[in-house]
Amino acid sequence: MFDHLQERFERAFKVLKGHGSITEVNVGETLKEVRKALLDADVDFKTAKEFVKKVKAEALGREVLTAIQPGQLLIKITHEELTKLMGQAAAPLELKGQPASILLAGLQGAGKTTHAGKLAARIAKSGRKPLLVACDVHRPAAVDQLEVVGQSVGVDVYSEPGVKDAVGIATRGMAKAKSEGYGAVIVDTAGRLAIDEVLMDEISAVRKAVQPQETLFVVDAMTGQDAVQTAKAFNERLDFTGVVLTKLDGDARGGAALSIFSVVGKPIKFVGTGEKMDALDVFHPERMADRILGKGDVVSLVERAQQAIDDQEAKRIEAKLRKNTFDLEDFLAQIQQIKKMGNVKDLLGMVPGMGKALKGMDIDDNAFMGIESIIRSMTPKERAEPSIINGSRRGRIAQGSGRSVEDVNRLLKQFQEMKKMMGSMARGGMPKVPGMRMPGRRG
Amino acid sequence: MGFFNRLFGSEKKASLDQGLAKSKQGVMERISRVFTGKRRIDDDLLEDLEEALILSDVGVDTTEAILGRLRKRATWEAFVDQSELMTMLREEVLGLITKDEDRAWTDSTAYRVPPSDGQPHVIMIVGVNGVGKTTSIAKLAHRYKSSGLKVMLGAADTFRAAAVDQLKVWGQRVGVEVVAQGMGSDPAAVAFDTLQSAVAQKADLVLIDTAGRLHNKVNLMSELGKIKRVMSKVVPEAPHEVWLVLDGSTGQNALEQAKRFTEVTDVTGLVLTKLDGTAKGGVVLAISDQLQVPVRFVGVGEQMGDLQEFHPMEFVDSLLPESFETNP
Ligand SMILES: Nc1nc2c(ncn2[C@@H]2O[C@H](COP(=O)(O)OP(=O)(O)OP(=O)(O)O)[C@@H](O)[C@H]2O)c(=O)[nH]1
Ligand SMILES: Nc1nc2c(ncn2[C@@H]2O[C@H](COP(=O)(O)OP(=O)(O)OP(=O)(O)O)[C@@H](O)[C@H]2O)c(=O)[nH]1
Ligand SMILES: [Mg+2]
Ligand SMILES: [Mg+2]
Repeated sequence: MFDHLQERFERAFKVLKGHGSITEVNVGETLKEVRKALLDADVDFKTAKEFVKKVKAEALGREVLTAIQPGQLLIKITHEELTKLMGQAAAPLELKGQPASILLAGLQGAGKTTHAGKLAARIAKSGRKPLLVACDVHRPAAVDQLEVVGQSVGVDVYSEPGVKDAVGIATRGMAKAKSEGYGAVIVDTAGRLAIDEVLMDEISAVRKAVQPQETLFVVDAMTGQDAVQTAKAFNERLDFTGVVLTKLDGDARGGAALSIFSVVGKPIKFVGTGEKMDALDVFHPERMADRILGKGDVVSLVERAQQAIDDQEAKRIEAKLRKNTFDLEDFLAQIQQIKKMGNVKDLLGMVPGMGKALKGMDIDDNAFMGIESIIRSMTPKERAEPSIINGSRRGRIAQGSGRSVEDVNRLLKQFQEMKKMMGSMARGGMPKVPGMRMPGRRG
Repeated sequence: MGFFNRLFGSEKKASLDQGLAKSKQGVMERISRVFTGKRRIDDDLLEDLEEALILSDVGVDTTEAILGRLRKRATWEAFVDQSELMTMLREEVLGLITKDEDRAWTDSTAYRVPPSDGQPHVIMIVGVNGVGKTTSIAKLAHRYKSSGLKVMLGAADTFRAAAVDQLKVWGQRVGVEVVAQGMGSDPAAVAFDTLQSAVAQKADLVLIDTAGRLHNKVNLMSELGKIKRVMSKVVPEAPHEVWLVLDGSTGQNALEQAKRFTEVTDVTGLVLTKLDGTAKGGVVLAISDQLQVPVRFVGVGEQMGDLQEFHPMEFVDSLLPESFETNP
């Protein structure tokens, strides 16, 4: 049910299996895999090293919870630490003053001009009237590009075609915005290398002239090990206030985000997810953590399962299973739990006992709908004691639920089989009761 | 610094060297300390090499493969001096990028347009967004025009804002004709038009610009296939070459890009851009190794003259610690 990712991780973490708690030795082995995952995601070499150290410290001493593989716990800790790190300073745009101003800076082709347009569209929606200022005096047709972008989002563009003085354009653009009552100014600049002293001087001067509240460093999510150096250099010159991580609609794992975060400590304010003007999203640290670890689905399943299944309920069900008194009412409750988590097919595997038991039933998302409505058409007594459901009761239930008698028959038969299976599993002395126990927060 | 000396004019170089020096310092310092005199290939040494290679975006798997082989060889020759180790390492790395036995490692892999058979020779340029396709086309046009060929450009990026204007500006600067239709028109139709004009005007070389597209977008990728097929209706062998432009600062995702673009368009060559920055482009080792596609040119700036031939040996030296380069 889980794809190869889960397998890969379980293989990677197999060293840990059979150990009650995470010890220094087996953590060392398995963290090598975590390190590799980070480096494969383009997390900076040093950042990866430090990060792994942190996870190791965190993992030692934590008890491995009963119903989950130790490997999963390590993933979870890694994920938590990643999220913590990247989420620390999550912050919205600071737009103050009349006009508020934003300066965009970054390497060539990162997505500055495109994101100038996206931000303008977003700000316009929030009620401030934005003005785009075209300060890229270097790239061929850069001004045309911004004009087109501005037009497509219905935002005015200030430009001086042919003029080569970026600082002058910025100054006059700001003046225009002030005198004509614009609420925000977004300054697009040319792409530049951090080591290009001439252009770095230029953008520092533009920044001085504009005095922006927000200076955003625009960076391509596909960037490799160089991200750290470049971000550092831009930060030294511009002391930027936030990061825009672009092209996340690709399949790059985006480790650069983590590197930049841990090295310059500036928050990622937005992510770009496409070429169209509405493809702008706020930054979600957890999603980014998933992505960097390259097994997002697995981690978020663990997380979602944790949220949805509360421990009390899990314990109650466990006890019932053990005593083989699991009834249709419980079944209904379980379906509710599972549905809360989202995609049923993916999620069934998260619930060890349930997953196995339901396997033969070929469950799809809609299948639950039928089951639910049938059970809901039963009396409490019928739910607790399915054996009393005779022919006439079946007819009534079918009618009440809008299903056929065959559907009702099938459900009862399947439930019977499931109970048998669960009973034998419980009696068979499974290492742990096949309950819904997930790695709890208490960990 | 051989590679970079060769790459840059004196003007830019001073600040660039400074930047590079600064950027390399940490690693280099440590590694040059390691290489004073003969020493055993031990774990510390390999760890330092690992760090250097990974910092150059070579990637964990490729780095491990290189170091694994180095380790094996070291069991035969346990004590080596700097230059012996340099030679070994170079051999290992060069083995990945140059599979062609007949080609010397010092040879350039620059592409020579074959003598005309009466039909224009067509090169289609592809790649993800913002890597430098359009600029590289301008540079290539400049290079081949200077070598005496009649070059034409096809503006088949009809999607990105002002993409056609951008190519037109370049066409004017370089002094070559650009065939274009309006924004939003069918890129395949533009490519078709371009080839027809090129045939009529007896052009020697046609470069087709395409819109940037992420390799995981199925529709956009299949559009490339369509553009390609349409061209062969005008010139049966066209496009003769498909070059994938890779941004030198891209990390491990470049490998995925190369795989996917090759699946759809049979990429025959690579252009590695933005190597005038601090990024090293080490991921091309894995790409060359796995896909056997040669790097044809290297982009080292934003002007039309900023195109360099690719020399495997110099490239490898640029990936490796400085202390190797000073004493080859
Ligand atoms: N798929 C995708 N493409 C993007 C995104 N953001 C920008 N692009 C594309 O990336 C390319 C470069 O974007 P630009 O906005 O021109 O980048 P820039 O930083 O202004 O470039 P320079 O001005 O040349 O430095 C264009 O093809 C954009 O359409 C994104 O979030 N997703
Ligand atoms: N420093 C440097 N910048 C480069 C190089 N090649 C291209 N650029 C810059 O990178 C930016 C993007 O280049 P384009 O040629 O527009 O890239 P593209 O791949 O055509 O972009 P899309 O068509 O939007 O996908 C521009 O600012 C170029 O000037 C290079 O070798 N070095
Ligand atoms: Mg721009
Ligand atoms: Mg282009």
